[in-house]
Amino acid sequence: MPFLDAWYDFRDLGNAAGRLAEAMRDADASDGFVYVVFALIGSIGVLMFVGLTTLINIWVERRLIGRVQVRRGPNRLGPWGLLQPVADAIKLMQKEELTPRLADGLVFTLAPIVIFIPAILAFAVFPWSEKMVLADLNVGVLYLLALGSTTTIVVFMAGYASNNKYALLGSMRVIAMLISYEIPGVLALLSVVTFVGTMSLSGIVEFQQTYWSWLIFFLPLPFLIYLLSSTAELNRTPADIAEAESEIIAGYHIEYSGMKFGLFYAVELVNSIGVSAIIAALFLGGWWTFGLEEIIPGWVLFIGKIYACYFILIWFRGTLPRFRVDQLMAFAWKFLLPLALANIFVLALEVTIWTEFDISAGIVLPIFAVVNFAMAGALIYGWGRVMVRQYERFPKQPRLVSEIDVPLPSGQPRRRRAARATT
Amino acid sequence: MIVVVRNLFHAVLFLILSFIGIAGLYITLSADFVAVVQVLVYAGAIAVLMIFAVMLTPRSDRGNSENLLQAPALLLAGLFLAGIVFVVIETDWREATRGSFDTTAAAIGEALLSPFVLPFEIASVLLVAAMIGAIVLVQEEE
Amino acid sequence: MLLLLGARVSLEQVLIVGGALFSIGLYIALAKRNAVAVLMGIELMLNAVNLTFVAFARFIESPRPLDGHVFAIFVITVAAAEAAVALALAVAIYRYRETIDVDKINVLRW
Repeated sequence: MPFLDAWYDFRDLGNAAGRLAEAMRDADASDGFVYVVFALIGSIGVLMFVGLTTLINIWVERRLIGRVQVRRGPNRLGPWGLLQPVADAIKLMQKEELTPRLADGLVFTLAPIVIFIPAILAFAVFPWSEKMVLADLNVGVLYLLALGSTTTIVVFMAGYASNNKYALLGSMRVIAMLISYEIPGVLALLSVVTFVGTMSLSGIVEFQQTYWSWLIFFLPLPFLIYLLSSTAELNRTPADIAEAESEIIAGYHIEYSGMKFGLFYAVELVNSIGVSAIIAALFLGGWWTFGLEEIIPGWVLFIGKIYACYFILIWFRGTLPRFRVDQLMAFAWKFLLPLALANIFVLALEVTIWTEFDISAGIVLPIFAVVNFAMAGALIYGWGRVMVRQYERFPKQPRLVSEIDVPLPSGQPRRRRAARATT
Repeated sequence: MIVVVRNLFHAVLFLILSFIGIAGLYITLSADFVAVVQVLVYAGAIAVLMIFAVMLTPRSDRGNSENLLQAPALLLAGLFLAGIVFVVIETDWREATRGSFDTTAAAIGEALLSPFVLPFEIASVLLVAAMIGAIVLVQEEE
Repeated sequence: MLLLLGARVSLEQVLIVGGALFSIGLYIALAKRNAVAVLMGIELMLNAVNLTFVAFARFIESPRPLDGHVFAIFVITVAAAEAAVALALAVAIYRYRETIDVDKINVLRW
C-alpha cells in the first residue's frame, strides 16, 4: 500500500525522518553526519514555519482587528488584501534607516537582530507531532522561561542605545512589567509541571494522551493565569504600556525606522505565535486531539490549536483598552500572584494524595477536575470581591457636572487640609 | 572584554554574553538543569539588576576605569592563573569512566529535598532576608 | 537528546577555563573603580567556581555525583541574593554621596 505508507509518513514527518536516517546508516554515514543533517533539516523547517507564519500573521492580525473594530482592514492588494504583508515589507526595506547622532551605534544596530534569537530558539522544543520534536529537552518548560527572561535585556539594549528619554522610559516600563508578570506565569507553569511530573514538553503531551484529556480540563486556573500573564509579556495592546503610542510615543523602538522597526514588529508576531504554541502544547494537548490525529496529521492539528490561541490574543487586542501602569502592576501582584500561590498549594496537595494513597487515575482525576474548576471559580470570584472593596469609595456612577453641587468631589479638600496639618 | 571595554553598559552586556557562554559549557558537561537555571537567574535576573544599578546612578562615572591597584591586581590574578594551570596539569585526576548523566532535573529535586533540606530552607530564608534588606536600603525616606 | 552533547571536553580544559574566569574576576574586583564593576567581577568569580563544581561532578568518581550540581544551584541562589543586596547598597550610597567610586567611599561615617 504505497499510498497509505505515504500518508503515514505525511501524518508524522518524524516517520519519514526515521526512514531517511535508516537509509543513511545503511549507506555507512557517520553518526555525526546524520546528526548534523537532521539538525539542519529541523532548524530549516522551524525557520520556514516562523517566517511564513509571521508573513501571514501580519495579514491575519490586521484583518481580524479590522473585523473586531467593525472596519474592513487591508483589502486592496491582491485577493482580500493578501499581498499586504509583501507591500509592507517592501515599504519598510525602502525606507531610510536613521541612526541618531548620539546613539550607541553598535548596540543600536544589534538590538533588533538579537531580539529574534530567543523568539526563534523557543520553537526548538515544541512537539509538532509524536516524533516531530527538534530538541526534546527534559527541561523544556524551564528552557522556555529562561528564553523569555532574556528578552528583557534586549529591550533594554534598544532603549538605552537610542539615547532618547522616551525610549529609556519605555524600556524601564517593559522591565518592570516583564518581571512582575513573569512570576505568576512561572507559578502557573510550575503547577503544570508539578501535576504532570515532567518538564519535557513531549512528556506533558504524552501525559494528556495517557489520561485521555487535555490539561485545561484539569487545570483551568493555571491556564487563565498563564494566558493573562503572557499577554502582558507580549507587550500587546491590553498591556502595551511599553509602547503606548499615546503616552510615550512608541516606547523603546521610537528611534528605529525602516527594516529595524520592521524586525521589532515581526518579533512581536513571532513571540505571540510562540506563546500560543506553549499554551497549545501544555493545556490543549499539543498534537493529541482525542484520536483525531489518526486521520489528520498531528502537526496540522497543532498549528490549528496555535491559531486558536492566537485568535484569542488578537481578540484581546482588538477589544480591550490599554491599562494604566499602576493598574497593570496591581493586577499582577495583587490578583494573579495570590491566585497562583493558592492554586499551586492545592495542586501540590492533590498530587500528594494521588501518589501517596495510590488511587487509580480513573477515580481521582475527575474529582480533581471538579475540585479545580470549583476552586478556580471560587478564587476568582472571592478574591475579586475582596480586591474590589478598595474601589468602592469612588462614586458608583458617573454624574453630570450640573448634578453636582460643589465644584470638587467632597473627599479631596478635606484630605488636603489634613496633609497641611501634618507638615 | 569586561575588563577593557570603556563603557560600563557595554561591560554589562559582555558579562551577559559570558554568562550565556558558561551555560553552554554546562550543557557540554551534561548539566542541563544547571545550565537553564544559569540563564534564568544570571542572564535574566542578575544582569537586569546590574543594568538597573547602572541606570539609577546617572551622575557617577560611566567609564570602566581602573584604580591604583591595577598593577598588583594584575600580578595577583596572573599568579593565581599560573598556579591553577600548574596544579591542573600536574595533578593526576582519577577520572570516572561513567558516561554523561541522562537527566538531572529529577535527581537534583530529590537531592534538594532529602539530604539537603536544611541548606534548602536556609537558602529560602536568606532570599527573603535579602529581599527585605534590598527594599529597606533603596527605600526613599519619607 | 541534548543538542550539544556531541561536543567532548576534558576535565583539564574546563578547569583551566574556570581558573582563567576566576583570575579575570579577581582582577576586575580588585582593580575597578565602579562599585557595579566590582560586583561584576565577584559574579564572574562565583561563576568560575560553579563551573569547576559542575566539571568535577561530571568527571570525578563519587557515590553521589549530583551533589556538585546541587551545590552549584545553591551558589546561584546565594549569588542572586548577594547581588540584590549589594546593588541596593550601591544605589543607597549613591543617594548620599553622588558617587559609587569605591576609592572615594573610604570613610567610616558621613
